Parts: sequence; structure tokens; C-alpha cells
Amino acid sequence: MATLARQQHPLADSASQLRHYDEVTGIIPPFSSTLQKAGYDGLFAGRPEILQINVGKLCNQTCRHCHVDAGPDRREVMSRETMEQCLQFLDRSGMKTVDITGGAPELNPHYRWLVSECRQRGCRVMTRCNLTIITAHERFNDLPRFFAQHQVEVISSLPFYEASRTDRQRGTGVFDASIEALLLLNAEGYGKPDSGLQLHLVYNPVGAFLSAPQQMLEQQFKKELSNRYGIVFNNLYVINNLPISRFLHFLLQSGQYEEYMKKLVMAFNPATVPALMCRYTLSVSWEGFLYDCDFNQMLDLKITDQAGNARHISTVPAEALQERRIMVSQHCYGCTAGSGSSCGGQLVP
Amino acid sequence: MKTYYNPDDLARFADISQYDKALADKFFNWYNEVFAEGALSAREKSLIALAVAHALQCPYCIHAYTEDALAKGYSEEQMMEAVHVAAAIRGGASLVHATQMMNRINQLSIS
Repeated sequence: MATLARQQHPLADSASQLRHYDEVTGIIPPFSSTLQKAGYDGLFAGRPEILQINVGKLCNQTCRHCHVDAGPDRREVMSRETMEQCLQFLDRSGMKTVDITGGAPELNPHYRWLVSECRQRGCRVMTRCNLTIITAHERFNDLPRFFAQHQVEVISSLPFYEASRTDRQRGTGVFDASIEALLLLNAEGYGKPDSGLQLHLVYNPVGAFLSAPQQMLEQQFKKELSNRYGIVFNNLYVINNLPISRFLHFLLQSGQYEEYMKKLVMAFNPATVPALMCRYTLSVSWEGFLYDCDFNQMLDLKITDQAGNARHISTVPAEALQERRIMVSQHCYGCTAGSGSSCGGQLVP
Repeated sequence: MKTYYNPDDLARFADISQYDKALADKFFNWYNEVFAEGALSAREKSLIALAVAHALQCPYCIHAYTEDALAKGYSEEQMMEAVHVAAAIRGGASLVHATQMMNRINQLSIS
């Protein structure tokens, strides 16, 4: 499957996605007014704790729900120079947690260098590994060893413990390759009690529905993966699908866009607002621009200074990012639905 | 096209309280309590509800509990097996009455 960008599909353009949000406003209230009714006059950032670095859109998979529109035909990858600017920002901001994402971040030629530089600075490093990259080519087979040597936390998507539903979302053969990779990670100690090597799985519903509580699904995943394959992991992160890029495309194509948006609004939970990840995360694009989250990055909603100029990792003063107003739109309902949703799973019990 | 069932009506379920709030409140409170965690888990109850929805052939219930069962992590195979359980009970309930038919045949017939 080609990416939307490769197809030159209108939805490859973020402005076109935002226009779909305008179309639905009227049927559902603007997110900002729902926030206001809940007692929040906008969303404001706290002290940034996590630097989420998106090192590029190149990926060996083309998942149906991908908000990045990542795939093998994408060529946008972060340069070594921009990575150096990210490291300089870590030094001057004192931030100590890094979350590396993509695409498949391991396909960036400077990925391992970035990981080791972050670790040398004493940062906690999380990496979002799609699992199949580990077995995709022999040059990636040693990734579990590399992760372990650098004490990297591995966060990997596995939408179901059976092949049919997983492959429907992530592509034919992905489930079997993912199981093989999980076994390799387990063999390295990942997910095992007392190993200190954290392996977390990410669950996205395979379709236009919200997820059950995280704890319920985690129990089920642990039981099924252990019984069927002897696989262990630490936590399951349950994440809602946001109406962005390819998931928006699916919603529109299947005639479920309005219904899904209404579902998100009906499930709005004000208790999630204080814990929203955008309040504590900074997202950096492959070009070095700053965003409130990876979703805003894909919608090209940049953090700007007071004059409206886009903030860049190379020049932004760390203190300028605190208490900034976060840019919100209709996609934000995805993070406030039910128990909430973030890159670290649900937000409230 | 006009139909007796309108999918949008499912979201209006709570409107039944308009004509009798007291009884509706009792029903919804009881309903929520039934589906809470208990000796059976909320997850198990969802699958039972899906099977019963098919036995009753309630389109609203099938719509709601198919989504609920997916959300609670049931596989397609598990959901279909639950529907077969409902169907088997329905089929069995018809067939077991054949014993009444057979009794009547015996009663009426010259032996």
C-alpha cells in the first residue's frame, strides 16, 4: 500500500485534514468550548519533561491507522545536524527523558548514535519500535542487544494477540514477525521480572471504536501472549485512534467520520485534562520544528513565538516553552475520551 | 427509506425517562449494576449480552454489544461462538418441543 503522500491524496495535506474538522464543527462542539465548559480557559503547558523526537517518516510498514502517513516511500529523515541541535537543547533545558519515534526510527542512519548520546547524558530513553524492523533485515537483528546495552525502554505496537486483527491494521505477515521479535526481546531479558529492561506494548483499537479500560485488556493480553507464545511484557498502553491522516482517511472512506467524532465527544472526560501529555511533552519534527505533540506535528500546528514565527529546536530558549498556550483542535477529543489517551497509555483510572 | 428501526435511536435510549422518570431511573441504575464487575467480570458479561442480543434479535443490542465485545478484546471467533451458543439454545428450545408433538401423536394414534 502506498502512503497518502505517494498517492498525492488530498489528505496528505494537513490543511485538508483541518478543513474536515471545520466541516464537523456544528455537529459537534469545538474542543475549546468543551474545555471551557469543563472550567478550562484553554490548555497551558507545564514544565516540559519529555522530549519526543520524531526522527523521520520512513518506515518498513504502512499501517492503516498511521497518523504519520509513514511508509517505505517516505524520504523525510532527521539529519545528524538536527539531532545535534536536539542534544544541545537537552543540555540547555535539563530535560532528562527522551522518546524516540518515527516512522521506524531505526531506519534513520544516525539513530544508534542519537540513542547513545542521550544515554551518555543520563537521559531515560524510550524508543517506539514497530517490532518487524528487528527481523526485516540482518543488519537490524542485533537491535534487542543494542537496546539492552543502552538500557532503552522499548515501546511496541501490537493491536491484538491474534494475527487476523493485527495484520488488518498493520499489514500481512506483521503479526508473525512481531511475535518473532517479541521472543527475541524476551530472550535478551526484556519484559522479564527483575531484568530492569522494560518492554511495553501499545494497543490501538483496530477500527472505529474506543478501547476498554487498560487494566482489563492488559490482563487479557498477558494471559493470551503467555499461553500461546510464552511472551512476557511489562505494561499495555491503550491509545485511542485520532482522526488524523490514514485513520481519518479510513473514517471518511467508510462513512464513519461523524459517528466516530460524536463518540469521542460523548466520551469526553474532564478528569483527563490535567494529565494530557501535551502539557508535559515537546515534540520535535525531522526538520527540528517544535510542536505540542506528535499529532499536532502531523497537522502542522507549530509552536510559535509571540510574533507568530515557528519555534525551532536550534534556537528556542527552554524557558519560553513553559506556560505556553497549547494549540487545540477537534482531534484533541481523542486524548480526552474515556480514560484518556497518551503515548504512555490511559491517563486516569 | 422509512424503517421501524432507526440507528440514531440507540443514542436516545435515555429519552425513555420522559414519560416515567422514576421507573426509567430504576431500570438504568439496575442495568449499570448488572454490568459492573461482580462474581462474573464485566468482560464476561459483555459476551453474555452479545449472545442474548442475538437470541432476542435486538438490532440496538447487537450494534452496542458487538462494539463492546470488540473493545473488550474478544476475537471474532469467540464472538461467533457466543452467537452459536445463543442459536443452539434457540434451536434446541424448538426441537425439544418435538417431544410434545410426539406425545400427542402417540395419544391420537391407534397403537
